[in-house]
Amino acid sequence: MSRVKVAVHKFSSCDGCQLAFLNLGADLLLLSDLVDIKHFAEAGVLDEGEHVDIAFVEGSVSTNRELQCIKEVRKNSDYLITIGACATSGGIQALRNINDAKSWVEAIYAKSEFIDSLDKVSPIADVVKVDFELWGCPVSSEQVVTTIRSLLSGVTPKDNTEKVCMECKRRNNICTMVTKNEPCLGPVSKAGCGAICPAFGRGCYACYGPAENGNTEALNRRIIGLGYSKQQTSQRYQLFNNNAPEFKSASKKVLKS
Amino acid sequence: MTEKKINIRVPVLARVEGEGALELDIQNNQISHLNLNIFEPPRLFEKLLEGKHYSDVPDIVARICGICPVAYQMSAVHAFESLFNIQVSPWVNDMRRLFYCGEWIESHALHIHLLAAPDFLGFESAPAMAKKYPAEVKRGVEIQNVGNQIVRLLGGRSVHPIGVKVGGFHHAPSQDDISVLLNTVTKKLPDVEAMLQWCSALLLPDIAQDFTSVSLRCNTEYPMNMGKIVSTEGLELAVDKYQTVFKEHHESHSTALYSLMNGKPYLVGPLARLNLNYKKLPDEIRQLVENIPISFPSKNMYHSMYARAVEVLYAFHESIRILEKYTIPDSPAVDVKVQAGVAYGCTEAPRGILWHCYEVDEDGIINRATITPPTSQNQARIEEDLKSTLSEFGLDRKQDEIRFQAEQIIRNYDPCISCATHFLDLRINRK
Repeated sequence: MSRVKVAVHKFSSCDGCQLAFLNLGADLLLLSDLVDIKHFAEAGVLDEGEHVDIAFVEGSVSTNRELQCIKEVRKNSDYLITIGACATSGGIQALRNINDAKSWVEAIYAKSEFIDSLDKVSPIADVVKVDFELWGCPVSSEQVVTTIRSLLSGVTPKDNTEKVCMECKRRNNICTMVTKNEPCLGPVSKAGCGAICPAFGRGCYACYGPAENGNTEALNRRIIGLGYSKQQTSQRYQLFNNNAPEFKSASKKVLKS
Repeated sequence: MTEKKINIRVPVLARVEGEGALELDIQNNQISHLNLNIFEPPRLFEKLLEGKHYSDVPDIVARICGICPVAYQMSAVHAFESLFNIQVSPWVNDMRRLFYCGEWIESHALHIHLLAAPDFLGFESAPAMAKKYPAEVKRGVEIQNVGNQIVRLLGGRSVHPIGVKVGGFHHAPSQDDISVLLNTVTKKLPDVEAMLQWCSALLLPDIAQDFTSVSLRCNTEYPMNMGKIVSTEGLELAVDKYQTVFKEHHESHSTALYSLMNGKPYLVGPLARLNLNYKKLPDEIRQLVENIPISFPSKNMYHSMYARAVEVLYAFHESIRILEKYTIPDSPAVDVKVQAGVAYGCTEAPRGILWHCYEVDEDGIINRATITPPTSQNQARIEEDLKSTLSEFGLDRKQDEIRFQAEQIIRNYDPCISCATHFLDLRINRK
């Protein structure tokens, strides 16, 4: 039987989610036996045009060139998986969507007319159909390996959907919001990180994005109750998943409350 | 005269982190035009930092580069601490050094084994090389993994670690965690020494070039977090005076800005660091290096890979030294009191000096940010190297040979193009 063909593509990003593969250690060699890696530029494998079974996409769409490229990637893949906050919700660079993107480019580049940069940064699903999303800034090696293993076994992959608070309890972390007045986004954020921030004594900054049915309004009242301003509370959402609809709205609402 | 015009387009430069292209015009067997185009999509970090609180900056700037987030966090915290007049404890300084050792090991080992070695051994990629050299590749990724474990100890995870804050760390590791790591690092040391020998035995081209090396220099230690900016031409400059000598400008073919020193290209990174700080290495490492026929300072850019191997060995020794004397501190951080002004910080990222500057108001909000990453500092030097080395290599060679040679030259610099807020495709025009 021929091996499953895999591609890893990069769009606007920091390259950190691809490291979920490159940091696999000796398992990276096992992975390259299990699947046929057709395209992964950073690992030196180049065949952008070949049709693959699974395409992993890192990064968001922020240039005209990327807008064309992602359509090609979609055409050339059966199952498209976004990896990380940029691909899944737009990433930190999506902050330009609520600012004057043109003036930002002009402020940095003397010859801004030569810069290919869209005014709006889009997560992949805004441009093409996405089959599965892996959240996280960055995604972990466990997430990508579990997903590949599920697909190789003919099982629909599953990602963690519980909230950081659950992970925190299981780790026996002491609640940072209750004991240290830290503005923690754990109650409204997807788990998957291992609750590392609360374990280190700091509040969660939601790198795995919004959890389902998170009560951001109640959380915001609590954070304001701890003595943080509306502006500071709003800023908590304006980080790596700022463009996720739940966080966008929570960030706006608190300013108007 | 017959005119020959050939156009080659190679859509992606492999084994660099990010996106780039090379444009080359050859006329009468001479290079008439050479551009390293970097078209990594701009993410506009310097603008999105405006309005953020200084305490969010270490987490945000980490996202500029997934390969060297520690460097971004370090330059940022040093900048703010210097503006706020904060003296961190010797414990914090030691832990920052250990943290940086982890990133140098991870980044250098990744570059040596997965990105550069396939060039020297004639493979298209690391997975292809692993079929012929399984033990060497396995050893390499295991060394890389030790680096990741060190970063994880202090940062909770190896990519975008969460442990750093202005004033120190959020958390002090337990004595048990330290013992486990010390054991892992010590056990891997013989493999690192074997890797150094292996790197030194690779057939590296013998080409000397004239270039200026720039790095930090610190009286007491091999430079990572502290020191003045120095050059092989005698420059000695405080970090806050950086912009008096180094200037960035924009070229229309690139989304990376070009940084020049008094108008001229210069080199930053492991080779530059070793060229300027070789004597700061401990005796035991210098003894090992002196048994190898490559010496520092070196004018051969191909020695960059070997320089990375030397620094990996150094980072192992340094990690062991720091781990062995570890004690639990009273507090992992000192208190911070905001002062308005301009904050400057510069530390040695795996790829070279990384300079940050922030204008901060009295509430600790960022009004303006300027970040000069190593790749934009090396970009002019890479073009200069390509011009001279490709001319020496022979411009009448086959295009594939020229492309391979050019890629190898570029990879010597380990350009982290996503850092330079920035990628390669080769276009040769022969006339």
